[in-house]
Amino acid sequence: MAPDPAPRAPACPDTDGPALPPAGGADRVADPLDFFRRRLEGERRVDEFGFDPELTDHALLPLMRLFYEHWFRIELRGLDNVPGSGRALLVANHSGVLPFDALMLQVALRDHHPAGRRLRMLVADLVLDLPLLSGLARRAGHTLASPDDAERLLRREELVGVFPEGFKGIGKPFAERYRLQRFGRGGYVATALRTRAPIVPCSIVGAEEIYPKVGELPALARLLGLPYFPVTPAFPLLGPLGLVPLPTRWIIEFGTPVGTAHLAAEAADDPAAIGAISDEVRGEIQRTLDRLVVERGDPFRD
Amino acid sequence: MGSTGRVVLVTGVSRQLGARVLTALEADPGVERVIGVDSVAPRFALGGAAFVRADPRDAGVAAVIEESGADTVLHMGLAASPPRAGGRRAARENHVLGAMQVLAGCQRSGTVRRLVVRSTAAIYGVPSGDPEPCTEEASAPDAPRFPRAGFARDAAEVERHVGGLMRRRPDLSVAVLRFANVIGPSVQTPLTSYFGLKIVPTVMGYDPTMQFIHEDDGVEVVRRMAMSGAARGVFNVAAPGAMPLSQCLRRAGRPEMPVPARGLSLVGGLTRRTGMHYSPDQLRSLCYGRVLDASKLRRELDWAPAYTSQEAFDAFVAESTYTTAASARIFGRVTHRVRAAVGR
Repeated sequence: MAPDPAPRAPACPDTDGPALPPAGGADRVADPLDFFRRRLEGERRVDEFGFDPELTDHALLPLMRLFYEHWFRIELRGLDNVPGSGRALLVANHSGVLPFDALMLQVALRDHHPAGRRLRMLVADLVLDLPLLSGLARRAGHTLASPDDAERLLRREELVGVFPEGFKGIGKPFAERYRLQRFGRGGYVATALRTRAPIVPCSIVGAEEIYPKVGELPALARLLGLPYFPVTPAFPLLGPLGLVPLPTRWIIEFGTPVGTAHLAAEAADDPAAIGAISDEVRGEIQRTLDRLVVERGDPFRD
Repeated sequence: MGSTGRVVLVTGVSRQLGARVLTALEADPGVERVIGVDSVAPRFALGGAAFVRADPRDAGVAAVIEESGADTVLHMGLAASPPRAGGRRAARENHVLGAMQVLAGCQRSGTVRRLVVRSTAAIYGVPSGDPEPCTEEASAPDAPRFPRAGFARDAAEVERHVGGLMRRRPDLSVAVLRFANVIGPSVQTPLTSYFGLKIVPTVMGYDPTMQFIHEDDGVEVVRRMAMSGAARGVFNVAAPGAMPLSQCLRRAGRPEMPVPARGLSLVGGLTRRTGMHYSPDQLRSLCYGRVLDASKLRRELDWAPAYTSQEAFDAFVAESTYTTAASARIFGRVTHRVRAAVGR
């Protein structure tokens, strides 16, 4: 390994990708060139969901890594609560108008988890409907938030991420920051019970302030077929410039996994059992959020 | 089985897959006699099999089934390639009326025990908000998202009639095979002619995931289905793995021309002029791919396709005149020089 002080050498046993090229002139040039040549020849593999590990590692994650390291300066906690192998369902709070939290979570687990885990996010059907975005989301390993897809991924021992709040969470006004919305109908718990996957609660602090949503334009949202059209102090006032997220400091904390193995699979059909687990997970995330917000203090402190 | 080998009747033998199934069954020691039926003369060699010409629009096919004494009927008449004459309307008559005649023949026949019907994955339609690899339960033919146009509508209608036959004759062992895109060195479908275009129009901003099944595997599936009586119901037939359309075009060395979605119908008109028949459903499938979960087939036949989707596509590319994309060739040359310069 090259003596790289930054802890961003992902252990990636499942790719032949050049994680850290040795310090040799030819190799340093050849590796990205080789990557482009392979892409031009169509030499790559995607799985049945359209996930392209090579593109994700060499093009999408490096871009997101810039945000992760230099823009949001993310601090990770409790990473050992994410299992190193095998299935698990990561449940996180959703915020920030645009889903930067999902992308940062993906970078965090790939770069900083000892097993270099790939996170497979479940996303809304709207995302998979939009041109460009749908293709990119699929290549990055995201798929539709449906019980079928989630179950299939978990049975393949993947790490699946979900935001049970959905649009209500990501699109909530700035005044309601760090107040968790309703966790859907707890469908994610039923999936975890059926597949006996542990639920890892995850609290993300910092994404709330990247676009402080102070209002919305419902007519425009209806016209564009979007769930909301946000108004922030900078957008749409400053045009594209308003799309630059504010450089807040983030903390991502993974909580103690909520085991589901001790419960019978029949509990997946029991609304009371599902509700109880969902409340437990939601309460855990809310408590952690409250604690982290105080600990972090000023979001724009250096 | 010995002296009482199977008597198999195959419809749609003027098409490539039907003809190959016919010859494969002829070589099978468990089969005593093979009869091929179609409304037009066969284009492919049928070996020593008997061929009967029967028009799907009269009761000819049903009579042939009854008279032949067949115990196994393989209905391969439903295929994406348009008929050589008559356009959509003739294709529709061929598909639906042809299938109804075959089904009626099976229902009346006292000898038929096994029926295998070729259908298509197009029956699932192409909604974007669906679970990705879809199982056989994903959509029933009479679900509200029932495909509206073209080939998919024909297939759905045929499957409805098959369902009716299954209810009326529960003693009959029926298998419906929903095929992914069949591809290989010698197949000709609208999709292969699409890949054969000099410049391939794609929908801007979309890159659907494609899934294939090699023609050899397709023939083998039908043969195994014909010989086994235990595998009943609906089966997805697809090779493992998938590849994005952009990757297909790269591997085939075809330049792509992204067209905005609004120009889709215009592209449809253009492609029709070049001899292709693309229904709105098929054009929509250029936006959102459809990936099948074929685990039921693997489980019940205890058999796996020999080719993955990518290998099947490569077999198709290898047999055609396609070369590596010019951009990749030029890029390879340039990087070679750069590497030599840096290495020095």
